[in-house]
Amino acid sequence: MDQTRHVLTMLVDNQPGVLARVVGLFGARGYNIESLCVAETIDSQVSRITIVTRATEAGMEQIVKQLRKLINVIKLRDLTGSKAVQREMALICVRAKPEYRAEVLRIVDIFRCKVVDVGLEHYIVEVTGDAAKLSALIKLLMPMGIKKIARTGTIALFREPK
Amino acid sequence: MERSGAQILMQILKDEGVDTIFGYPGGAVIDIYDALAKTDIRHILVRHEQGAVHAADGYARASQKVGVCLVTSGPGATNTVTGIASAYMDSIPLVVFTGQVPRPLIGNDAFQEVDIVGITRPCTKHNYLVGNIEDLPRIIKEAFHIARSGRPGPVLVDIPKDVGNNYMDFKRAPKKIHLRSYNPTYKPNIKQLKKVKDLIKKAQRPVILAGGGVILSNGSKELTAFARRTKIPVTSTLMGLGAFPGSDPLWLGMIGMHGTYRANMSTGGCDLLIAIGVRFDDRVTGKTDAFAAQADIVHIDIDPTSIRKNIQVAVPVVGDCRVALENLNSLLDKDDLPDLEDNRKEWLNLIAKWKSTNPLAYEQKDSIKPQYVIDKLFEITKGQAIITTEVGQNQMWAAQYYHFDHPNHFITSGGLGCMGFGLPAAIGAQIACPDKLVVDVAGDGSLQMNIQEMATAVQYGLPVKVVLLNNCYLGMVRQWQELFYDKRYSATHMEHAPDFVKLADAFGALGLRASKPEEVETVLSEGLSSPQTAIMEFLVEQTECVYPMVPAGSPITEMLLV
Repeated sequence: MDQTRHVLTMLVDNQPGVLARVVGLFGARGYNIESLCVAETIDSQVSRITIVTRATEAGMEQIVKQLRKLINVIKLRDLTGSKAVQREMALICVRAKPEYRAEVLRIVDIFRCKVVDVGLEHYIVEVTGDAAKLSALIKLLMPMGIKKIARTGTIALFREPK
Repeated sequence: MERSGAQILMQILKDEGVDTIFGYPGGAVIDIYDALAKTDIRHILVRHEQGAVHAADGYARASQKVGVCLVTSGPGATNTVTGIASAYMDSIPLVVFTGQVPRPLIGNDAFQEVDIVGITRPCTKHNYLVGNIEDLPRIIKEAFHIARSGRPGPVLVDIPKDVGNNYMDFKRAPKKIHLRSYNPTYKPNIKQLKKVKDLIKKAQRPVILAGGGVILSNGSKELTAFARRTKIPVTSTLMGLGAFPGSDPLWLGMIGMHGTYRANMSTGGCDLLIAIGVRFDDRVTGKTDAFAAQADIVHIDIDPTSIRKNIQVAVPVVGDCRVALENLNSLLDKDDLPDLEDNRKEWLNLIAKWKSTNPLAYEQKDSIKPQYVIDKLFEITKGQAIITTEVGQNQMWAAQYYHFDHPNHFITSGGLGCMGFGLPAAIGAQIACPDKLVVDVAGDGSLQMNIQEMATAVQYGLPVKVVLLNNCYLGMVRQWQELFYDKRYSATHMEHAPDFVKLADAFGALGLRASKPEEVETVLSEGLSSPQTAIMEFLVEQTECVYPMVPAGSPITEMLLV
């Protein structure tokens, strides 16, 4: 059966151990986590966790049910296929020898991202966008040499009716 | 009024109706034990914390109340893990209180410190570390609420020593518990139930599969009425034994790996399977693709995760089993059912044929057959005893040859399959039902896993009976080795065992032994009628196997027969 990518967003109690419950469930039941994001919401009692996972249709049904069963999961939504804004941020440290510096800046310009740190032989580029945009940028920067990269993983919100 | 954490705990336990605790003291819970001594709550001092949890489990099943345990930090806590995992798999409501080192020491690798909340996260329904004494009342109330509601299960509450012996102003615990993220669905969707009713009207070869959920929801009466009214034969999982009377003509016997021929064949051949309170364990389904392959499957369960986990179903119904059956019964009351007598004739005849051609059978010859012992046990106790079991062959023979007419009379570690369960569970059941005869059907391997609890039984004057089927083997594994591993009996022969009669005597209990078939009845009669705790040892045929048997992963209709 084909596995597809799913973006799950959930509100959970902002308490110690809650993330461990969620992550532990994925580990124990053999579900995979492609990315994971967690931070407090405007209600300090509640955090939002965004998980990107790959699963078959039946597998996904189980993941959703099992997560809902956790006492600390307040609300959960599978944003796949629904109208949701998805974003990811990355910091990319790219090699920038003098002969490449202009080229890196041109790419940065095209992707409307920005340089947040400069050194004699590197730039750190900050980029925000959906997963496709990030991969496209990474592909273009690759030939220059990417020294380090830090990605946040996807966060997502359902679009409210207009 | 200023009350200590330990005193608050005691008061809320009283509020929750707790009259018995199974436990074992230690440094981290000494303040709680001090407060306990000033109450009228009965404490059962076990010999090992695993025994405490199994005993609380047996108590919960026999009494239909929440079982409560109290143990200390570190090893006290880790020793409870197996018991908790067993209760979790079988959905048994328990609240386990563990002591923890004082808060300033947590995370310091202190003496007898262990992260029990971390360890038990995957095998509890929920668990708590009490961070502040102010949270203690709410947490205890929530723990009981979560343990007993919805699909029941064990909840662990870890109480640091300095929460137990600190003080706060306390009058009473909150009456109402509100958990915004936890609202089990009790009432099933009536539209779904109407679909079930329509399927029943159409079905030619229906079967009901009842599970532990029927017993947990107290739905046996409703199930019996439902089956008799619709004339649908009933099989059950191991956990469901007793949900439907074993003496009813519609009873098919247990399903699954060691199910009866007719139960497995009728599940294979049915056109409608109504599964109630089951979770389709692999020991029940065998090869899932072949399971009830011709049937529309209806699945009623309170836990949505059970539905479509292992088996695809035509009509899922989320709700309490008893409520669903009640609703189904009243839907049927309002409807004209076709002539069921005529309709079912062919199907029930076929089942009767399966029953007569392939009954559960054995031949009692020179050496004692374990099946014969259970047969006689059933006869002598008139099927009225509470039976607990260890795990393995003894468990399967008890399930096959003791016929249960009532729920909550068969207490076994079904999901986890936890050896050493039966004796402490019998102790718990005996405490819940002091006037009942409680019998642990045991094997020599399993019994030795928690034999120390004999001392507990004797200390509290509990007349639990152990029926020990001693074959000097870890019989179920030996059986697999005989059938599937070319008879390489790797590490399954228990060449040395204690003299169980002397051992019983050493514990201050009665020890009896039967080595010949003609001694079986005498030993059973003497042991069962004694007011003492007793071990009745039966030296049984060593190489006897449990049949029918479905090899793991095969369709359940492909059975090895005797």
